[in-house]
Amino acid sequence: MPLKKTVNDSHSRWMDADGPESGIAISSRVRVARNLAGIPFPHLLNNAKAEDVIHAVRLAVEDKELAKQAGVLELSLLSALSPVERQILVDKHLISPDLIDNFERKAVVLRDDEVISIMVNEEDHLRIQCLLSGLQLNEAWDLINQVDDGLEKTMDYAFSEQLGYLTACPTNVGTGMRASVMLHLPGLGLVKQLRGVLNAIGKVGLTARGLFGEGTEALGDLYQISNQITLGQTEEEIISNLTAIVRQIISQEKATREALYKDRRDFVEDRVYRAYGILKNAHILSSEEAMRLFSELRLGIEMNLLSGIPAKLLNELMVRIRPAYLIKVAGREMSAHQRDVFRAELIRNEFKEL
Amino acid sequence: MLCERCGQRPATVHMTEIINGHKSETHLCEVCAREIQPQGFGFVPQIHLHNFLAGLLNHELGGEQHDQAETTGNRCEKCGVPEGQILKQGLLGCGDCYPFFEDKVLPLLRRIHGSTRHTGKVPERTGGRARLAKEIGILKNHLKEAVSREDFEQAAQLRDQIHQLEKSMNEGGEV
Repeated sequence: MPLKKTVNDSHSRWMDADGPESGIAISSRVRVARNLAGIPFPHLLNNAKAEDVIHAVRLAVEDKELAKQAGVLELSLLSALSPVERQILVDKHLISPDLIDNFERKAVVLRDDEVISIMVNEEDHLRIQCLLSGLQLNEAWDLINQVDDGLEKTMDYAFSEQLGYLTACPTNVGTGMRASVMLHLPGLGLVKQLRGVLNAIGKVGLTARGLFGEGTEALGDLYQISNQITLGQTEEEIISNLTAIVRQIISQEKATREALYKDRRDFVEDRVYRAYGILKNAHILSSEEAMRLFSELRLGIEMNLLSGIPAKLLNELMVRIRPAYLIKVAGREMSAHQRDVFRAELIRNEFKEL
Repeated sequence: MLCERCGQRPATVHMTEIINGHKSETHLCEVCAREIQPQGFGFVPQIHLHNFLAGLLNHELGGEQHDQAETTGNRCEKCGVPEGQILKQGLLGCGDCYPFFEDKVLPLLRRIHGSTRHTGKVPERTGGRARLAKEIGILKNHLKEAVSREDFEQAAQLRDQIHQLEKSMNEGGEV
């Protein structure tokens, strides 16, 4: 059963660090919101009605034609998972934190490589998501588009000629599309240029958020840049705008790193190797500290100050050091302190040979 | 009271921390507070997007109804959700709420997106007319280009295609 594999294995395709620009653009995600016609949005549904929606989606995703086009998709009820396993899906960025509130009436659809996931009965009946390594928004949209076309063959979507796809929240209406790129921007952070960049983003209809979406803090210099407007622009326009801006931010980050390499190499090198030393030797590590150190290490790798540590490992560790995954591996509940000790041990083991 | 850190600006952020039963108080100005903001403790109250929307919608409905109860106002004739609940949650009840509350929703959409017209993907099966309209739009653009290129052979072809599509659209059917 793929879902068990998904929660047992910390690895996901997007972590492979093999996409374009993956040194700075960790991952690209496109998500579209869809609702079934004639059925109230999830927040108004009682449990029986919510199950009807899940049933309709199950029939649609198990369609043989769809499998041929878009790969085998499997639907699982969130109630079939333990709380820790549900959290692991959030940590792997396959579902949103909102999906695990009131999980009794919700479901998730996954393709076995975890590139495609569909949240059922989150804020909208369906949220179809595609997650890829590096800067690949066009590719992600193409995949989503295929899945969406396939699903639409058996489901009637709530759609209006004027307003497009109708969504529970008016901020998503139209294309229902939210495209985002997760960027690692430690260089701009070091030279205190980040605030300026992030402010400018707001002025061109985009928004920057922390690692886990809405309302979360930027952990480990990671920022999600996404579109805000969903109505009045085509999907292709949204994606090409976002890609253009992201490319600019990437080139600014690169220029900053070059300047740092030229003028402040000792300073950066010191930070990178301190981070390396702590990760290799520490006995207590909070996830915030670990994320910060990973960020410095990643910068060192990308600036060729340090070698032998694959970016893929860092991507995976970002998930493996989260509380849920630690508890899963340990097989027991742990206090925050016990987790910090366990986390440090896990990281020491990974870094032993590096 | 002045900020404990810079001693220059008035302290407007007051933080009480209790660690292992030991209580400590810190008084900071906003600038210093932002600089030393400890991990996990947000000074800035998190404003949820839905609250914002509810605020905007409230505005659309003419401010005074601010504190109206969830059960008040018109109800969507399809899903029965009352206006008051939409205001409170910032979420509509169903697809039919959009036309039902149109006079309030359209100005809101203009504010959020700067537009009230979808130009993106149209679902193949349920999209019907909208899909045709979009296709006609694209062909008309091609036609303009062909004319400006003085490629009249292609222009004629495109014109015929447009006529064909317009005809099937007027008949209300699909191609």
